[in-house]
Amino acid sequence: MKYLTEFRDGELASKLAREIRQIVTRPWNIMEVCGGQTHSIIRNGIDQLLPEGVQMIHGPGCPVCVTPLEVIDRALAIAAQPGVIFCSFGDMLRVPGSAKDLFRVKSEGGDVRIVYSPLDAVNLAIKNPDKEVVFFGVGFETTAPANAMALHIARRQSLHNFSMLISHVLVPPAIEAIMESDENKVQAFLAAGHVCSVMGYWQYPPIAEKYRVPIVVTGFEPLDIMEGLRRVLLQLERGESRVDNAYERVVTHDGNREAQRLLAEVFDVCDRAWRGIGVIPQSGWRLSEAYREFDAEHRFAVSDIHAVESPLCHSGEVLRGALKPNECPAFGKECTPRHPLGATMVSSEGACAAYYNYGRFLSVEELVHA
Amino acid sequence: MPETKKPDLSNWSCPLPLQDYPAIVMGHGGGGKLSSELVEHLFLPAFRNETLANLGDAAVIGPLSGRIAMSTDTFVVQPLFFPGGNIGDLAVNGTVNDLAMSGARPRYLTAGFVLEEGFQITDLARIVESMAASARAAGVEIVTGDTKVVERGHGDGCYINTAGIGVIPDHVNVGPSLVQPGDAVIVSGTIADHGMAIMSVREGLEFDSTIVSDCAALNELAAIVLEAGGASVHAMRDPTRGGLGATMHEIAHASNVGMVIEESQLPVRPEVQAACELLGLDPLFVANEGKIAVFVAAEAAGRVLEAMRSHPLGSNAAIIGQAVAQHPKMLVAHTRIGANRVIPAQIGEQLPRIC
Repeated sequence: MKYLTEFRDGELASKLAREIRQIVTRPWNIMEVCGGQTHSIIRNGIDQLLPEGVQMIHGPGCPVCVTPLEVIDRALAIAAQPGVIFCSFGDMLRVPGSAKDLFRVKSEGGDVRIVYSPLDAVNLAIKNPDKEVVFFGVGFETTAPANAMALHIARRQSLHNFSMLISHVLVPPAIEAIMESDENKVQAFLAAGHVCSVMGYWQYPPIAEKYRVPIVVTGFEPLDIMEGLRRVLLQLERGESRVDNAYERVVTHDGNREAQRLLAEVFDVCDRAWRGIGVIPQSGWRLSEAYREFDAEHRFAVSDIHAVESPLCHSGEVLRGALKPNECPAFGKECTPRHPLGATMVSSEGACAAYYNYGRFLSVEELVHA
Repeated sequence: MPETKKPDLSNWSCPLPLQDYPAIVMGHGGGGKLSSELVEHLFLPAFRNETLANLGDAAVIGPLSGRIAMSTDTFVVQPLFFPGGNIGDLAVNGTVNDLAMSGARPRYLTAGFVLEEGFQITDLARIVESMAASARAAGVEIVTGDTKVVERGHGDGCYINTAGIGVIPDHVNVGPSLVQPGDAVIVSGTIADHGMAIMSVREGLEFDSTIVSDCAALNELAAIVLEAGGASVHAMRDPTRGGLGATMHEIAHASNVGMVIEESQLPVRPEVQAACELLGLDPLFVANEGKIAVFVAAEAAGRVLEAMRSHPLGSNAAIIGQAVAQHPKMLVAHTRIGANRVIPAQIGEQLPRIC
């Protein structure tokens, strides 16, 4: 497939791996921010090709994982109401709230539907004027433009039966929060390529400078990630801390200005709670004044639903990179993909699920000799 | 393709009674006159065979000699008509294939229909016509059946159950628990075609594509495999729901072996791969309806592969991995970039990812 197979080439990967081994002289901890990158690293076994001592720390960039438990509970409460069509991306359906998940609500009679675009939910609202259609708007700067567009259309068409339950989060404040943390081990970042395709990377130089941390905008295919790693390791070894773009075929400095304009119209930056991490100031979006009427949280009066996380779950430390998934006492015991305690075990992009599913509890030797 | 051709009821022996009711009514399942009209004017002419024509309470067949394989499967696919086939093709081929995978020569099928009130008779006719065509192609007879009708809103138009029996030739001995370390794993062609064909027409996801279901009867190809491989063929499976990944997990568990997959050897059509990428799905876990995974002793693998490639349904056959003594019950993939990863079993259905 054009633009994909070229970036999965085994020979080029070995060549990059050799170059990386030549660059590295000591241990480094590098965080890939995005869940899609975590998935690709583990699915392709990229970490096995890295020199010993170069550790990948899986960042908080999985939208499913960082959506707070109480937002899930609010989604469940809305979805269970009669007359509601509750629409969501597929992988949110299996995320457990305090008592159940959206699949359970569906089996109990709730009208829960998997959609592939928020615009599908808008169309459902148009087709079902006697129903309340709610879209579960979660994610980073990547999913936000489509959600903003859906709201923009809904407002233009005066769709009074459409609303969105919003839990949008932003990458740059999360990077700052990680760097501010006392237990931080991260020395460099692979920035999330898709987020940057929307937002550009003009937000990052002040962060790189302030924390003296190299940041390389990186894509998702194996060669993209290895090239990002090569560039970030070069900087680390040379003691540099610049912002570099290793995903030039997609990302520009300015990003998608049109999308940014729409985002500014529909959303206001606000404080946001991140699951397992807590509130990060100015790290999320809520609906702007002009769009407030589309806020499902207010329409269905679920704002007073609060939740308590399982005390056994250490997903916060995992998301901050302070703990490896298999170092968590509950990993693989109380907590498995089938009975997840926290969202990092639920999502296919979650660090814990990735560790569990792809056998990260096995040693590399066991795998190599397979 | 069946779905492009409008069935012409005037070709049935006596179409008039059926046209009185263009849609299924409760009476079609009531055992009265409407029921027998369906049988007489739709099922009998389509399935046409002596055993069925007797219309006894039970089909009387045989005598059959040898070990008998028996299988049943229920089909609830949505949408009922999809690129490359419909629920009728699936219902016949599904059971034919289950029998064939046990080494049997499929012979007789039953068909049970659960129809929803309001279901269009013309749609039912298309489905029945496809079942008849698939049965003829596979060389099996549909010898008895049943129809029930549920109230509107209590079904998805049409559910079909088929059961079937076949005869296992004396020398054949295959089964999921018989795979040995060292066995080669051959897949008969491109994977994930059926699942992605269904996805491409599923409500809310329609995308334009040329992907068609691979739905097909595999009994001929299975017979070729057994003839070429003889006793070296240890197991055969048609990787339907859950895809090739689920099948290899099942075999690994049943035979207590590990499995290694060469990712670069997996045959996947470019358009199917693209659709999977778009939705964040792994083709390894997407359904097939016309593929065989063969587990065969390494020394016979080349012979079997060649024989499979001589059949139209096996022209893209490839050796995609092997069974190993290490890591029993686990699947490990050699990735394209030269690393390894464990392939976990899926808990439920694969869900499209957010981003």
